[in-house]
Amino acid sequence: MQRRTFLTLAAWLVGTTSLTRATVIHNHVPWAPHPNSPPEIMRPGPWQFFTLDEARAMEAIVDRIIPPDPETPGGKIAGCAVFIDRQLKGPYGSNQNLYTLGPYTKGTEEQGPQSALTHAELYRKALAALDKHCKSTQGGKSFAELDPAAQDDVLRKIEAGEVKFETVDARGFFSALLKDVPEGFFADPIHGGNIDMVGWKMIGFPGIRYDYRDWVNRHNERYPYPPVSIAGRADWTPAKS
Amino acid sequence: MARKLPRKDVVIIGLGWTGSIMAYELADAGLDVIAIERGPWRNTATDYPPGYAADELRYRIRHELFLSPSQTTFTFRNKMTEAALPIRTWGAFMPPNGVGGGGVHWNAETWRFLPSDFVLKTHLTERYGASFLPEDMTIQDWGVTYDELEPHYDRFEYLCGTSGQAGNIKGKIMEGGNPFEGPRSRAYPNPPQDQPFGHTLFGKAARDLGYKPFPQPSGNMSRPYQNPLGVRLGPCTYCGFCEWFGCGNYSKASPQTTILPTLVRKPNFTARDNSEVTRINVDGSGKRAIGVTFVDATGDEWEQPADLVVLSAYTIFNVQLLLLSGIGKSYDPAANTGVIGRNFTHQTISDVVSFFDPTKFVFNPFIASGAIGMCIDEFNGDNFDHGPHGFVGGGYMGHVQTNGRPIETTPVPPGTPLWGAAWKKAVKENYQSAIKPGTGIHGSMYSYRDVYLDLDPTYKDRFNRPLVRITMDFHDNEIKQNKFLTDKFAEIFQAMGAKQVHKEYRKAPYDITKYQTTHLCGGAIMGTDPGTSALNRYLQSWDVPNLFVLGASAFPQNAGYNPTGTVAALAYWAADAIRSKYLKNPGQLINA
Repeated sequence: MQRRTFLTLAAWLVGTTSLTRATVIHNHVPWAPHPNSPPEIMRPGPWQFFTLDEARAMEAIVDRIIPPDPETPGGKIAGCAVFIDRQLKGPYGSNQNLYTLGPYTKGTEEQGPQSALTHAELYRKALAALDKHCKSTQGGKSFAELDPAAQDDVLRKIEAGEVKFETVDARGFFSALLKDVPEGFFADPIHGGNIDMVGWKMIGFPGIRYDYRDWVNRHNERYPYPPVSIAGRADWTPAKS
Repeated sequence: MARKLPRKDVVIIGLGWTGSIMAYELADAGLDVIAIERGPWRNTATDYPPGYAADELRYRIRHELFLSPSQTTFTFRNKMTEAALPIRTWGAFMPPNGVGGGGVHWNAETWRFLPSDFVLKTHLTERYGASFLPEDMTIQDWGVTYDELEPHYDRFEYLCGTSGQAGNIKGKIMEGGNPFEGPRSRAYPNPPQDQPFGHTLFGKAARDLGYKPFPQPSGNMSRPYQNPLGVRLGPCTYCGFCEWFGCGNYSKASPQTTILPTLVRKPNFTARDNSEVTRINVDGSGKRAIGVTFVDATGDEWEQPADLVVLSAYTIFNVQLLLLSGIGKSYDPAANTGVIGRNFTHQTISDVVSFFDPTKFVFNPFIASGAIGMCIDEFNGDNFDHGPHGFVGGGYMGHVQTNGRPIETTPVPPGTPLWGAAWKKAVKENYQSAIKPGTGIHGSMYSYRDVYLDLDPTYKDRFNRPLVRITMDFHDNEIKQNKFLTDKFAEIFQAMGAKQVHKEYRKAPYDITKYQTTHLCGGAIMGTDPGTSALNRYLQSWDVPNLFVLGASAFPQNAGYNPTGTVAALAYWAADAIRSKYLKNPGQLINA
C-alpha cells in the first residue's frame, strides 16, 4: 500500500465507530446477546452546541416555522431547537458521513450540494449573520427580540432571496431550517424534539406500534390508540413523587 | 505487503442477495467457498429489533443501514462536456452496505420482467421497424429468454415466500392476477397481502376504468412460511417501516431470513465482514483470475487466492472493480468501442399526489408494508401499441404507498406555504386523507450511447482509487413515456373521487439529488456479442472465463419493474450453469 493511501485510510478509520471490526464467520451464526446498536437517547438539559444567543434565536425561529396554535404547541415547546442542537453536536453537524474530499467546485443544481461548510458551521455563521442583520435594520433588536410578525417578515425575505448574508448563503440556511425543524417536530422523541409526541398527536400517527394486523382490514375507520415512542409513553412510567 | 490466505475454490465479492444465492449453490455443490463483504454482519434480533427499528430519523433520514459517502461515492454529470462532481450526500439512489446488501432494507417488491423485455431489440424492431427507435438508443437482447429464466424466478419466489396472485399459470389467465405476465409454472407460495383502504379503492377505480388491477407481488409475508431451505418467516404486521429499515419481525424476505441461517452452518462456507475487495487479481496472460486483494477494517491488506471469482457487489461497484482490475475493455462513447461501463441505466419514476375530503376519507397511511398495493400493467413494456405515441417502454403503475412516516409523508396541496401556520394546518388536515404512492409510476429507462460509467480523472476514494464517474441524462423517449403514464395514472385517482390531483412529472435534466429508486443497471452487461457485452448469457466474463459477474450490472437496459426478482433469477441461472456446465469443464461456456 502506498503511504498516501494509508494516510487517507487511517483518517477514515479514525472517523468511523469502534464497532467496525473485521470478523471471520465460519460454522456458526455470529451472535452476541443484547442489541448491537441501541439508540442514543437525547436528554433535556443545557445546550450542547448553541450559545445562549444562538439558542434564543433558534427558539424564536422554530416557533415561526411551526407556530403554536390552540390545539398543538409550536416548535419551541415541541423541542425543535433542542433537537437541532443535539444533531449539530453529532455526526450530522460535522458532516461525518458525507464525502468531504476536495477539490470543491461549484456545479449545476443537478449535481447536488458542493459546499465545504459543515452543517454546524452553516448554523453558526448564519445565526450570527441573522442577528447582525436584524440589529442593523430593526433598531438594534436581535431576531428573538422582534415581535412574531416582524420575525415572519425577516424569514420571508430570506426565503425570497431579498435578504442576503455576507458570510454565508442565507437561502441555503433557510433550506436547512425547512428540513431540520419539521424533523425535530416529527422524529421520535428520543432525539430531543417532538416532546410528548405532540407532532404525532397532531396528525394521528401512532409511532412505533409495529403491528396493525387487527386494523388493516378496518377500512375508513380512524385508528383509535395513542402513539408510542421508542422511549415508551409517559403514562407507562408513574411520575416520581 | 498483502498477507496471503490459503486458496479457496471460490471467492465471492459481496454478500447480498446474489452473493448469498451463489454461495449457497456452490457450497451445496461441495466447493470450498469464501465470501468477502465490505460492510458488517447483521442479525434481525440484535441489529434492528422492533424496540428501535422504527426510527425514521435514524434509518430513513440519516441512512444508517446504507453505505456512507465518506466510505466511497461516485461523481456525476449530465453531459460528456461537463466536469463531473462528487455526490457528497446520497440523493437519486442509495447504495447498500453490509451482509444482506439491499435485501436488508428493500421493500421486497418481487416482480418478473416481461418475456418481450429479454428480446427487446428484436421485438421492437419487428413490431415497429428499426427507424421507430431513437438513433442513439443502444438497447440489446439479453441472450437469455424468459422461458429459460422461469424456473429460476420460481426458485427465488419460493425461497422468499412471495405473496401474490398469479396472472398466468402455464398459459392460463388467472382472475385477479396480472394478465400480462409471462406464464409461470405454478402459483405464488403465499396468497396476496391484505390491502388497506386506499389501496383497495385504487383497485376498484382501476377496474371500473376497464383495467385489470392486481396485488403487487410482495416479499412481505401474508402468513407464516417455511422455505425449501427450512428457514422460517413470520407474518407481516403492516408496521409501515419497511424500505430503508431492517424488519424486526422476520417478515421481509432477505438473505438473513431465507438463506444465511443455513448457509453459515455449512462447514465449507466462510464469510469475512468489514473487508473490502480492492482488486481482482489476474495472471500474466490477463485471461485468468487468480483471486482477490482486500483490506479489512483495521487497514490490513490480504490476498485471497481462488480458482473461481464471483463478483456480486452493487451495480456500480461491479463496474468499478472490473475497471480497476483491468478486466475487459473500457467503454469509449466517442469511438463506440469497449464494453465496461456501457448501457448504464436507472429508472423513470414519477408520482401523483392526491387529496381527498378529510371528512369522508380516513386512510390510516401508517398501516402498510413495503410491497403493499394494487397495480396495473396495461402501460408496461410493450403491453400497449406504442405506434401512435412516438416512444417505447413503459412501466407498471399503482397505489403502492408504503408508509405514513411523518417526516417523509406529510403531503400538502400545491400552493401551500412551506412553513408557518398555513403549512401546519395543511399538514394536519391532509395527513389522513392524502395519497402519496411514492414510486407510483415505475417506468423503464432504456440505454443510450452517451449514458455510461468510467473512472473519474479527479476524485478518489479513501484507498486513493479513482471514483466511478456517472454520465447520465434523461432522453426525450423517457420524458414522453413518463408524461403519457403519469396522465393515465392521474385519471385513476380522479375516478377514486380525489378533490385535487397533483402530477409530479419526471423532467430532464436527470437530477442526482432527487430520489427515484436504487435500481441502477448496466455497465457490465450480458449479451451474445463480446463486442457489445461484457458477459455471455451465463454472466461469465468474455475476457476472464473463471469470473462471473452477478447483479443488475448485467441488464442491457432497465425494464418497468423493480429489478430484484430478475437479479436473483439470473443468479440462480448462472449458478445452475456453473454447477451443470462449468465445473465439468472449466473454461469459456460460449464460443463467440
